[in-house]
Amino acid sequence: MRAPRAERGAGPKQLGASSLVADGVSFAYRNRTVLQGVRLELCPGEWLALLGPNGVGKSTLLRLMGGLLRPAAGEVRLGGERLERISSWRRGQQIAFLPQSGGYPEDLTVEEVVALGRTPHLGLLGRAGQADREAVEWAMQETQVSAFRHRLLPTLSGGERQRVLLARALAARPKFLLLDEPTNHLDLHHQAEFLALLAGLRAQGLGVLTVLHDPNLARLADRVAFLAEGRLLALGQPGEVLTEALLQGVYGHQVRVRQLEGQPVVLLGG
Amino acid sequence: MQKTSYPGLAPPIARGYGGIGRRVLVFLGLLVLLALGLVLGVGQGAVPIAPGEVVRALLGLSENPIITELRLPRALAAVLVGAVLGISGAAFQGLFRNPLADPYLMGSAAGAAFGVTLAVSLTGGLSSAFAQHAVFTHLPASATLFGFLGALGAVALALLLSGGASRTGDLILAGVIVGSVLVSLTSYLMLQDADRVRAVFAYTLGNLAFVGWNGVGSLALFLLFTFPLLLLLGRTLNALYLGEETARSLGLPLEGLKLLIIVVVTLLIAAAVAQAGIIGFVGLMAPHILRRLLGGDYHYLLPASALGGAVLLLLADLLARTLVAPAELPVGILTTLLGGPFFLYLLWRGRRVA
Repeated sequence: MRAPRAERGAGPKQLGASSLVADGVSFAYRNRTVLQGVRLELCPGEWLALLGPNGVGKSTLLRLMGGLLRPAAGEVRLGGERLERISSWRRGQQIAFLPQSGGYPEDLTVEEVVALGRTPHLGLLGRAGQADREAVEWAMQETQVSAFRHRLLPTLSGGERQRVLLARALAARPKFLLLDEPTNHLDLHHQAEFLALLAGLRAQGLGVLTVLHDPNLARLADRVAFLAEGRLLALGQPGEVLTEALLQGVYGHQVRVRQLEGQPVVLLGG
Repeated sequence: MQKTSYPGLAPPIARGYGGIGRRVLVFLGLLVLLALGLVLGVGQGAVPIAPGEVVRALLGLSENPIITELRLPRALAAVLVGAVLGISGAAFQGLFRNPLADPYLMGSAAGAAFGVTLAVSLTGGLSSAFAQHAVFTHLPASATLFGFLGALGAVALALLLSGGASRTGDLILAGVIVGSVLVSLTSYLMLQDADRVRAVFAYTLGNLAFVGWNGVGSLALFLLFTFPLLLLLGRTLNALYLGEETARSLGLPLEGLKLLIIVVVTLLIAAAVAQAGIIGFVGLMAPHILRRLLGGDYHYLLPASALGGAVLLLLADLLARTLVAPAELPVGILTTLLGGPFFLYLLWRGRRVA
């Protein structure tokens, strides 16, 4: 069984025909409504940061847009097509997902882990061909992990390991990359390094959606979507969204926003 | 970040596992060990037979009833049951993302033991000859069938209780609960009929003496259809290293695949346990040793674990037959006696390294 190759049937041309769109999606865990009528569009070549307090459904929205959860209402469209109508293999070829702490294999080498990213193109039984090997090489180059391709993951630093997992996601050569708090366990240096990497990928036409906690990291993104109580509170450029009024209103904490080189910087406390 | 395997048992090798050369070497080594184990296993016993004679008999160049009627079916049973335990252990370790997952984890062993005990107590199916000379008599067909159905039933019940294969933690818990209940029911049945207890008990402790040519034949036929299915699941098990959610994001239809793994492993284990009883630690040790030699790629780990399990059980049965000759030990006792310290050693070494 070999999964169908990507780049087939672009679908009808319409608004958002090349983007990943959550259109009025709602979701509930048992009785607790997490998201209600959220509309969000992720375009190719943009970095969109999803921000908001704990438990407002950021990760849920990410999973809905990745097809890992089904919306209770509304729909998610990939290139104008309903995500549910797309085969899971084709979905995996176009949307890559990196969870917050999915664990990492201890007994696989870096190269073996990155090669797992080709699964959507290979299906259950397909054998890796030239295109697959090239994609794995490319992903390792982009993330600068080629140098330790034969090492096992437990022997790497946290930052290196996170780059390997990113390379795994990139190896599918997806159009969209969904990352759940990718910098959570990284120190300042590795956070900066990782985000610079994302910025570079965006320049190659990849649409990147990241759940982030820190507004000061989110300000590096092209656009910021601010979620609160299951709804989209604000959406726009970081300078428009990250205002004192909005942050204080949501977090109930004194916040100051200062401009630094034309970018908002968020400071806690009076 | 959460690790997917037990830290104390992490491989000590900092670099990878080498390339294709190392893999070829490991597989060749396993095949050589298997051949040696067969010749040794068939040759050793109450009446020792020279290796040359064994090889001639195995090649069909000479007739030796001790070999053809007693030792060969027993050695082949060890190979088949060991292979089942090895590959099932590897598959369950991948599925449950735990290197200490046992192929009997979901209650199949307790189910089989219950089935066999029930059959024996219902039919009075153990002849007095069986009860007295359990070692030389085969298990009645009804008992084997009940054992097989018992194992299937136990896992089906665990699946039912946990609401399918989607939540792995619930599945393990349900398997443990079903297993515990069946163990107490089995004990109750055994208490009802003390005379037959010994033979049934010898069976549940794991014993290859009961298998015979019929058992080997049916086991081989059964493996022919189920074994290849597991070998095809290498990519799925590899992807599961990354977590279930990521595996699904890679396009794998995980719900169906997880169920497939459980069903195939259960069928294999049910067939093996119905013939040979419960043989502990082989399903843990074989994948564990081979993971250290080959790395974690299930494309290689699955077939290698099958070969490794076969070699381990072949050697364990050889010891079980010869250590206290002319009597013999149930091989399940022996594998547990050897396996326990093996894992203690690994734990101890892991702790010292840490």
